[in-house]
Amino acid sequence: MSTPPINASKNRLKAIQADKQQPAVRIKNFDEVVLGYTEEQALSEASRCLKCREPKCVTGCPVGVDIPGFIGFIQQKNYDAAIDKIKERNSLPAICGRVCPQEEQCQKTCILGIRGEPISIGRLERFAADLEQKKQLVASPIKGLVGKKVAVVGAGPAGLTVAADLAKLGYSVTIFEALHCGGGVLVYGIPEFRLPKRIVQSEIDNITKLGVEFRSDALIGRLFTIDELFANGYQAVFIGTGAGLPKFLGVPGENLNGIYSANEFLIRANLMKSYDFPKSKTPIKVGKKVAVIGGGNVALDSARCAIRLGAQEVAIIYRRTRDQMPARQEEIENADEEGIVFRYLTSPIKFNGDQEGNVKSMETISMKLCEDDNTERRNVTPIEGSQTVMDVDTVIIAIGRTPNPIIQGTTPGLKTERDGIITNDTTFKTSLDGVYVGGDIATGEATVISAMGTAKIAAKSIHEYLSNPKNKT
Amino acid sequence: MPEDKLQINQITAKEQINSVTKKITVYAPDIAAKARSGQFVIFRTHEDSERIPLTLASWDREKGTITHIVQEIGFSTVELGCLEVGQKIQNVVGPLGNPTEIKNFGTAAIVCGGLGTAVAYPIAKALKETGNKVISIIGARSKNLFILEDEMRALSDEIYFSSDDGTKGQKGFVSDVLKSLIEKGYNFNIVFAIGPPIMMSVVADITRPYGIKTIASLNPIMVDGMGMCGACRVTIDGKTEFACVDGPEFDAHKVDFKELIQRLKSYCSEEKYLSSLHSTGGHCQCQRHQ
Repeated sequence: MSTPPINASKNRLKAIQADKQQPAVRIKNFDEVVLGYTEEQALSEASRCLKCREPKCVTGCPVGVDIPGFIGFIQQKNYDAAIDKIKERNSLPAICGRVCPQEEQCQKTCILGIRGEPISIGRLERFAADLEQKKQLVASPIKGLVGKKVAVVGAGPAGLTVAADLAKLGYSVTIFEALHCGGGVLVYGIPEFRLPKRIVQSEIDNITKLGVEFRSDALIGRLFTIDELFANGYQAVFIGTGAGLPKFLGVPGENLNGIYSANEFLIRANLMKSYDFPKSKTPIKVGKKVAVIGGGNVALDSARCAIRLGAQEVAIIYRRTRDQMPARQEEIENADEEGIVFRYLTSPIKFNGDQEGNVKSMETISMKLCEDDNTERRNVTPIEGSQTVMDVDTVIIAIGRTPNPIIQGTTPGLKTERDGIITNDTTFKTSLDGVYVGGDIATGEATVISAMGTAKIAAKSIHEYLSNPKNKT
Repeated sequence: MPEDKLQINQITAKEQINSVTKKITVYAPDIAAKARSGQFVIFRTHEDSERIPLTLASWDREKGTITHIVQEIGFSTVELGCLEVGQKIQNVVGPLGNPTEIKNFGTAAIVCGGLGTAVAYPIAKALKETGNKVISIIGARSKNLFILEDEMRALSDEIYFSSDDGTKGQKGFVSDVLKSLIEKGYNFNIVFAIGPPIMMSVVADITRPYGIKTIASLNPIMVDGMGMCGACRVTIDGKTEFACVDGPEFDAHKVDFKELIQRLKSYCSEEKYLSSLHSTGGHCQCQRHQ
């Protein structure tokens, strides 16, 4: 009989909690809210893993990380082997360890979760990844072995994943990014307090160490078209341009000053570091009373930025109820702790402004859930005569995003539909030979890890395409 | 500077055009190769700087350079103007926006004011090259604030000037000149109005009753310039559009100019604060639209 490990958790059914910054402190800064596990905490949590012979957690992971495998290495304190095991399937572990909805994926199917709390796979992944980042390992470039060039459009989660996977196979990969830095939604969307920029940059650095070339300020469709990329010697193109175009409500008064799309608010606050104004020169306006429209992670990120930027009252206005909110449970709890107010079954119908055109109030109408109609999220209808008015001086609209139209509009022959580019669902090939897509542009708005999952499939398809001698590349 | 030693985003020439305006030429061969009239780029001068949209005034595909006329009206433009030849702009992205629709319309009026002349110049040039009769009406507050006068004169079939103080051309506004030409019986097939929103709005009001097709080049606040933020949203014929990806040129008769003018004032106080901190003497961005 083996002796139990020294750091075994006292109660196998109870997860080790990671420390967090206290709400009263953290609403005054943009530092990371959830702190990483200490080694002791990680060993204790890892010791709870049952190492199932047929691990259910792996089937819940969109990129198929060998979860018991890497947790096993953590148990043995072999942290280098743990991160290598994760990186066999996931090139962005420090990011996924922080922002993946594990509770909906790997942890949802954990056997420990039947009688107690599932193992904290995300926290352990982050522990292993952060240790590696501290060491700054140098990966050896394997660039150009195959002698074929691939262009990746967009340096978000999908583009970075494709680039890493193809570089590891020996392709020469260039990432073209339209913004001034890489990361896509990881840097312009997800706030510093949930995902520090240095973590993203360090993951990008790891990918460039594989020999991937990185070109910022390059808006494909304008600077070079897809056709021109092929003419410049690229033999395959991956499009991972995301869902970048903000949706608006289409109600009167929506263009009053003080009404932001969540994209604009977050781009100013995160990418342009408005929280550091005037050192950082991009301004942002946050009033005393802020209303955020929407119930997803983007809405919560916006609300939590607003409170950190000095708002006195921040309310989430959501037309369904808490049960239907697409945001992560953990982030809803964090927002709750930070004093964000939630107003459910409420929908804006009009914005009123003052003489200078600044928003002053918002008219809303109450909604009711329809009878269970078998839709994924239950539909709602307005309750007649239930209009009310609330005072607001900043409004952030976070009701979703649609694909950016620039590539679709400049690439003849690329078949598109309303929500993006048409692809083959098993290969992620487009209507054009050698052109593949992944991430939100292929699937519609989804999670970081789902974008990475589709990107892995596209990378495999690109490899098959470029390996097939029948394809004249 | 020797061309073989040039680095991307390096400033190759800088010229003071008048007290508040500089002409800046930047080595950006890929952008120069694709630039078309009506398009713009976004500059970020330093790591901490704002992203600011600036229209392409001209480009040289052989030398690989793009040229911008920069009016130092706020902190960010002053900051850009402080860079010297040989220094690099942190980020330059473009060309952005849809190019101007250029074809032989017949007779085209180019009505431009202040810095708008820099935007109008490549459009007027392209129109002339396509066989249009080009009639230019250029305005500024005062005699010493006119830009690109020689260039515009060279390509115009007729050219008129107006100044607010009467020091050059007709005293008054470009819109007054346009109105008198129309009343004299000039038959314009198209009018391009480029300048402060209030001017474009007045021009649209003048041409509307005559049914003359009128294009305005809009200049709202932008952040990314590629369709992501929606800061540049404008109302066109009652519908919200993004100036960066749907424009920047729109049918002037359908633009909600009142809203555009209002939205341009969004960050006045922050702009004044920044300028005061750095005592650059800059003004609030919206002042150029008063």
